[in-house]
Amino acid sequence: MSDAPTYGVPTDGAPTSGAPTGGDFLLERMPTARPHAPASFGGAGPRPAYRAEAAFKIHGGCGLMGICDESGALMPADLAVRAMAVQRDRGNGLGAGFAGYGIYPELPEHFCLHLMLHDERAREEVEATLERSFVIDQAEPIPTRHFGAGVEAPLLWRYFVLPDPHALETLEIGPEDLVVHTVMQINSSVDGAFVASSGRNMGAFKGVAFPEEIAHFYRLEEYEAHTWLGHNRFPTNTPGWWGGAHPFNLLDLSIVHNGEISSYGINSRYLEQFGYKCSLGTDTEVIAYLFDLMLRRHGLPLELACDALASPLWSEIDRLPPEERELKRSLRAVYGPAMLNGPFAIVLGFSGGMVALNDRIKLRPLVAARQGSRLMVASEESSIREVLDAPDEVWAPRAGEPVIARVRGASRVVG
Amino acid sequence: MATSFVQAEFRVCIDDDRCHRCGRCVQQCGWDVYSFDERPLPDDVKCRACHRCVTFCPAHAITIEKSPLAFRDNASWQIGLRKSIWRQAETGGVMLTGMGNDKPYFSVFDHLVLDACQVTNPSIDPLREPMELRTYLGAKPDAVEVEADGAGGFRLKPGAGLRNNVELETPIIFSPMSYGSVSLNVHRSLALAAERCGTLMNTGEGGLHADLYPYQDHVIVQVASGRFGVDPEYLNRGAAVEIKVGQGAKPGIGGHLPGEKIDEDVSITRRIPRGSDAISPAPHHDIYSIEDLRQLICAIKEATGYKPVGVKIAAVHNVAAIATGVVHAGADYVYLDGFRGGTGAAPQVVRDHVGIPLEIAIAVVDQRLRDEGIRNRASIIAAGSIRSSADMAKAIALGADVVAIGTAALIALGCHLCQGCHTGSCSWGLTTQKSELTRRLDPEWGAERLSNLVRAWSHELKEILGALGVNAIESLRGSRERLRGVGLDAQTCEILGVKPAGL
Repeated sequence: MSDAPTYGVPTDGAPTSGAPTGGDFLLERMPTARPHAPASFGGAGPRPAYRAEAAFKIHGGCGLMGICDESGALMPADLAVRAMAVQRDRGNGLGAGFAGYGIYPELPEHFCLHLMLHDERAREEVEATLERSFVIDQAEPIPTRHFGAGVEAPLLWRYFVLPDPHALETLEIGPEDLVVHTVMQINSSVDGAFVASSGRNMGAFKGVAFPEEIAHFYRLEEYEAHTWLGHNRFPTNTPGWWGGAHPFNLLDLSIVHNGEISSYGINSRYLEQFGYKCSLGTDTEVIAYLFDLMLRRHGLPLELACDALASPLWSEIDRLPPEERELKRSLRAVYGPAMLNGPFAIVLGFSGGMVALNDRIKLRPLVAARQGSRLMVASEESSIREVLDAPDEVWAPRAGEPVIARVRGASRVVG
Repeated sequence: MATSFVQAEFRVCIDDDRCHRCGRCVQQCGWDVYSFDERPLPDDVKCRACHRCVTFCPAHAITIEKSPLAFRDNASWQIGLRKSIWRQAETGGVMLTGMGNDKPYFSVFDHLVLDACQVTNPSIDPLREPMELRTYLGAKPDAVEVEADGAGGFRLKPGAGLRNNVELETPIIFSPMSYGSVSLNVHRSLALAAERCGTLMNTGEGGLHADLYPYQDHVIVQVASGRFGVDPEYLNRGAAVEIKVGQGAKPGIGGHLPGEKIDEDVSITRRIPRGSDAISPAPHHDIYSIEDLRQLICAIKEATGYKPVGVKIAAVHNVAAIATGVVHAGADYVYLDGFRGGTGAAPQVVRDHVGIPLEIAIAVVDQRLRDEGIRNRASIIAAGSIRSSADMAKAIALGADVVAIGTAALIALGCHLCQGCHTGSCSWGLTTQKSELTRRLDPEWGAERLSNLVRAWSHELKEILGALGVNAIESLRGSRERLRGVGLDAQTCEILGVKPAGL
């Protein structure tokens, strides 16, 4: 697990001073100072800063990638990190992150909650909250390296938990709903705590830095996954904060997103009707919840959920054969408030694979490629060329047309 | 007979040099302002400034001026109040009026502004890119249930999916205006325009004239407290059925169409004797509470094979709870009529002082339905002084599915807001049954003007959507994030669910 990464950061685990410096030509050429070097996690001031930040929407541009080996073979994080490193221009050091699926094979049935915590008091409160509904089988700090001076990371902990049968019985809900409920509760009411991911056998690693710095910080070279998502953020109007970086996650679902959801206002109000609390102040959050609603709670197939989120035009629906037309008409009329409008390219990771999706009129870049059992998507073809040495095919997915990778034999397949 | 203290509001000025002495003004005026003795002689007192004579004077010789007659200023005893007292002292009657509330209440619409895209997301050019306004009126299921179709795809489960919705090509429909209060030619114009624009007209409470049967798929048939013209055939002809409980211009008040307006045709359409007054009781006497409403909704659904059934209510103080009850009672849409909504006739005191602003009503109803988790079970139609496409866009952003236009439609047909609808002498031939006046409106011409208006507002709505960077109306609906308040107090912003500009 300790193969030397090729993205140019030291791997000896020793604290580094300042931003990582290595052989990477990008790092040498680009300024490493972040526009707003965050003094602390969550911004200045004590705890309510989290929610104050959440009060406005984060706009921005971004770069993203996703790669899935449909054979289920595990890939080192290095692939994802290299793919993001060549997209450096698409971010500004105010947020980056990765998600890996299949990274915790020792405890595959446990929900693994990655927590960002402001202080020990927040951690105690989170643990108390978790203990009310879950059995915590393993609790530990997420292994990290030190960031350089001037960057203060939050406390990062992970909890491998199983739902307490009594809690399930008392609340009369399923294990997934219990996790969702708990995540919503922590994010919206525990001061200084934020759940970065909450799925099984997966985890999200994110923060305020460039992607390769985040990878170095989280020691990603120690993980292997059948599906990796990566993201590089360019927020335009809000200082980056650790919780605001991508991927956004709920249960097994992780989203990396480039774009802006112009329909955020109604998407979030629609979700509130189903008990979701959009407390993070970023439009990406709604995408994760919408997928959760449609895939898990409404039982829609992945293709149809994508169809509802990036709906075809009425003129296209009207031309379909009657039975299909009726289906698509119903989907659009019923899920109109869920439709994502505005420019976006997203990659959704789930336990059984990933799906990439562009907006209805393709206002953001997305390139896809296949090489053997590996399917890869990225904002720029350069990422694909960096990672896949001989792709069988490279194409630009059409507007609203999902690119789906499914891991064969995966135990949990969405949709 | 004693002289009235109420002096003329307007002064009819005829340029004697220009006047042809053709007498057209005499013929055009529905208010009998003019007599003719070698030249037209106006009686200013009768003039309502409807501009019919001005528009049709071939010599452009007529202007209407405000009476320069000065009153001693008194901010408390405004002139209108003094005139009402004089009139009531003369007659002992209720002050009647037509059209909507004209008092200078604070307009919430005029203190809301829309968003637009800059840099971080692209605006969309509606002339070059698709821009979709299609809207479905009716209840939507909570979710879409599908099953594998055996061929690798999916299909709707039997009975699942969208049922009993009316498809609209644009979120603008025409408000209910009854045949009787308006002329048959107005109804014909509305029906023709509704068909051409892929939208709906609404019969109001006066029944559906046989001439409109060809357009029945574009007609909402209304059931009001007088039940005029209501029978199973009428109910089944409509694309949807609407139970009218209240009207924004006169919440809690019934209607009274005087016998003089009940000619042969109106009599047949309303199923009442010719010349008899058509009185709509203030309440439905079979709806004294919400459970009675539920029974009526169910009865109508049974009678019509489950057509969408909507309920029209006036925006009053407790509108959120009322609308919620209406949706729980099974309504497929709630029609909210704000306090500036129009009327053919209403007591002025009620029109001007009862009810709440539409904008507030939309906001609280939409939010309450969401809080109850039943927003999808009914559409919201917003009406009551939708004056422009901007009002429409803001109403939709606050949470309405559809807006209904009545006054705007009449203005398109010539109405000049002279507020004389209740007199039955409309010079423009709109709110009258006098054949010499009603024939002034050619339904074909009227339909073209109404279609133009709907098309123009739809284009403008598309421009707004494009600027907002979205290409479908469902992404604006209820998206209050795209609105900001300018000059609204904090509490109003909170009630509207809208941030002040700057946040």
